[in-house]
Amino acid sequence: MKELLIFIRKEFLHVFRDRKTLLMLFGLPIAQIVLFGFALSNEIKNSRIAVVDYSKDAVTQRMIEKIGNSPYFNIQRTLASADDIHSAFKKGNLKVAVIFPASFGDDLMHTGKATMQVIADASDPNQATTITNYLNQIVADFNGELAAGGGQPMQIVPSMTMMYNPELRGAPNFVPGVMALVLMLVCTMMTSVAIVREKELGTMEILLVSPFKPVYIIISKLAPNLLISVVNLCIILLLSDWFLDLRVKGSLLLLVTGSVLFILTCLSIGLLLSINAKTQQAAMMGSMMGMMLPTMLLTGFLFPIENMPLALQVLSNIVPSRWYFIIIKRVMLKGLGIGAVWQEMLILTGMCVLLFTISLKKFKIRLQ
Amino acid sequence: MISLEKITKTYNKGQVLAVKDISFTVERGELFGLIGPDGAGKTTLFRILTTLLLADSGRAVVNGFDVVKDFEKIRESVGYMPGRFSLYQDLTIEENLQFFATVFGTTIKENYHLIKDIYQQIEPFKDRRAGKLSGGMKQKLALSCALIHKPAVLFLDEPTTGVDVVSRKEFWEMLGRLKAEGITILVSTPYMDEAKLCDRIALIQKGNILSIDTPEGIVGQFPGVLYGVTAEDTHRLLREVRAYPGTKSCFAFGDALHVTFVSGGEGELLAWLKGKGLGDAKVERIEPGIEDVFIHLLKD
Amino acid sequence: METVIQTEKLTKRFGAFIACNELSFTVSKGEIFGFLGANGAGKTTAMRMLCGLLVPSSGKASVAGFDVYTQTEKIKRSIGYMSQKFSLYDDLAVAENIRFYGGIYGMSRQDIRAKTTELLKELGLESEAKTLVRELPLGWKQKLAFSVSIVHDPEIVFLDEPTGGVDPVTRRQFWDLIYAAADKGVTVFVTTHYMDEAEYCNRVSIMVDGVIAALDSPANLKQQFAGASMEDVFYELARKAKRKGD
Repeated sequence: MKELLIFIRKEFLHVFRDRKTLLMLFGLPIAQIVLFGFALSNEIKNSRIAVVDYSKDAVTQRMIEKIGNSPYFNIQRTLASADDIHSAFKKGNLKVAVIFPASFGDDLMHTGKATMQVIADASDPNQATTITNYLNQIVADFNGELAAGGGQPMQIVPSMTMMYNPELRGAPNFVPGVMALVLMLVCTMMTSVAIVREKELGTMEILLVSPFKPVYIIISKLAPNLLISVVNLCIILLLSDWFLDLRVKGSLLLLVTGSVLFILTCLSIGLLLSINAKTQQAAMMGSMMGMMLPTMLLTGFLFPIENMPLALQVLSNIVPSRWYFIIIKRVMLKGLGIGAVWQEMLILTGMCVLLFTISLKKFKIRLQ
Repeated sequence: MISLEKITKTYNKGQVLAVKDISFTVERGELFGLIGPDGAGKTTLFRILTTLLLADSGRAVVNGFDVVKDFEKIRESVGYMPGRFSLYQDLTIEENLQFFATVFGTTIKENYHLIKDIYQQIEPFKDRRAGKLSGGMKQKLALSCALIHKPAVLFLDEPTTGVDVVSRKEFWEMLGRLKAEGITILVSTPYMDEAKLCDRIALIQKGNILSIDTPEGIVGQFPGVLYGVTAEDTHRLLREVRAYPGTKSCFAFGDALHVTFVSGGEGELLAWLKGKGLGDAKVERIEPGIEDVFIHLLKD
Repeated sequence: METVIQTEKLTKRFGAFIACNELSFTVSKGEIFGFLGANGAGKTTAMRMLCGLLVPSSGKASVAGFDVYTQTEKIKRSIGYMSQKFSLYDDLAVAENIRFYGGIYGMSRQDIRAKTTELLKELGLESEAKTLVRELPLGWKQKLAFSVSIVHDPEIVFLDEPTGGVDPVTRRQFWDLIYAAADKGVTVFVTTHYMDEAEYCNRVSIMVDGVIAALDSPANLKQQFAGASMEDVFYELARKAKRKGD
């Protein structure tokens, strides 16, 4: 019994003397509570909603006012016509649109029932469901008000159209997210571990003391991972097609180009991580903690970015997967072309070039 | 061929001193040994000379090139065998050799004659993965890979550590043959007995050079006369000789004690020992070895 | 003299490979027994069997009177062990290491305290009690490791190449510690690559290709193999070896 206690005491000593691990052991839970408790939530506030009122009567005005007063919605006054709305949906700037047909007021007066058209962007089915539920709630409230007002029974009936994903399948949302996550993990972890392995085994020493140019070391470490990632990409796309019935609506070439850009960016992150890591274990930890967590939380497929505190929103801008996610969704799910994603592609290119430049400069050509 | 001038290196922002003010030269075609225990600074010096580390201060030149300014040229022209086996464990012997030949812009065929003596011993196993070789074989492979491009200078950092006695002997014979080809060799080892096989040696301990000379010259530095004392019961002999008032230094060297006197001599010691029951003790004058000198220098 | 280690045709097979082939020998109390052999000869495997870490394939062996098949736990309590690769925890202080190992072997707190004071004094490390082991020079580490391995006053201590890479003066100081332990009646079972250290042993056994090729006092071995030193004897036996650790 005493021996057991002695051993346990020793283990405690080991743990407390390892500052880095300690930071992770205590820092991580605290960070997570703060993040999940305050910053990330499934509640969706301030969703951008467009309202087109062809009827323009007292009821629609009241309805629009109610929607406007709700904390869940943020009416985009600049989107007034159907065309505007369509392009806004495509760009992903609009979550939901409400259209009151011209006959709305009349229908309500004469038949006691009027249809309000609701179009929601269902590429994230969970979001779409939540948002339309809010709307339904508002409509139900309003219906209650109308009934309480006495007189003939009047009821507004929302008619839902789920765009891009009428069956509200989860796949269209999580497949792009998984793609981003998998490619990110594979590229950063495999690259950083491969480079650090040479350092750990000592073969890096011999390579350095040779005419072999350090830049060749880098290229040779990146090349297999690039190839493997592209193959992975193809496998994911094929599997999505066969098993999940998720096809690439847009240009495959565009998707692959965007993916290769993203892969290259991730490879350069792996390279950067390998520079300071001394052991393979440290490289792996760095990839996981440093990249997986932000990717999962700040890409936008688990938690909507628009609802995060400003600080996190700004932070999400430097997470490459966030931009890749947008590209995939627009090209794969919405079938859009280069016009819709050129900005995101440019951002990724910029990140890629910047990261490569930094890591090439910092790559150690000596042991210290 | 190799020259160091007041090379100093510290680690941990100056907290740990690795080597201090090291200066020495190695002539072309020389087999030069860096002799010292673990932590003496041997590996640090090797890494500075092979341009893997930057010294805090001092200059060093290898094959006419400065280790800082012209490091690329040095990296193209030297052969390096680091302290522990650092070849690719999951590549075969042949694959490893081919890789390094290609990296240095040559082929196995081109310089085969140079490594023939060494490589032939492991060639029968050329399809075996490097990770599965014995210590002696790994060493031969590492040496072959370091030589394949016919370097002007060969840096061997503790090539015989952890290797069995037989392979160690063979290895030094190989080095002798390489020297005959005109290659300058700088080798480090903690084994004092290997030192006498070098042209010149530097004794190093705790980052400082204790002495540089030919093995004979080093041995000549031993002050005074050295005696070897033997008896059946070595253990008791050790105790008694240490207790003898005339003993200056007494160190165990296998079955004999190496003793120097501050007073008295052979005769007196023998009488003393007889009185202590060690009548079979023998004392004779002996030639000091490198280890004797090392120990003597350490005490200062 | 009392026998503390006894083996009879001790064998260990790994599949078709016979690492140790019918080893038979005895070691007496207080002896300094040198266990030599080239890499791959089977030394490490034999030592592991004697320490109770590996179950033999066949044959008999007893260590400190306990059977290596059925009483391994009792064996572990009666022996000390030190190897070159690992002995002390780098990130624990000197005193903490002593306390830990003492506790592991079931020593009482008073005993540990007394032993710690004694040890520190003997090694001249009183001022370093709270120093982390990784800050100690290698020589001190080795000497401390040895002392810690016998902190619980075992009957036998197994030393696996304890003096590798250490400077010549410290090496000899280490052997002074071994001598001191042997004088107190501790049996020392040591392997080493330094042939001069073989001479400090009472008897030496040399393993080649899984069998004991020679076992006797250094003096007798030198006579038998007409060698001037143990190195010559070893070389004579080892160079005929078929297994070079392959």
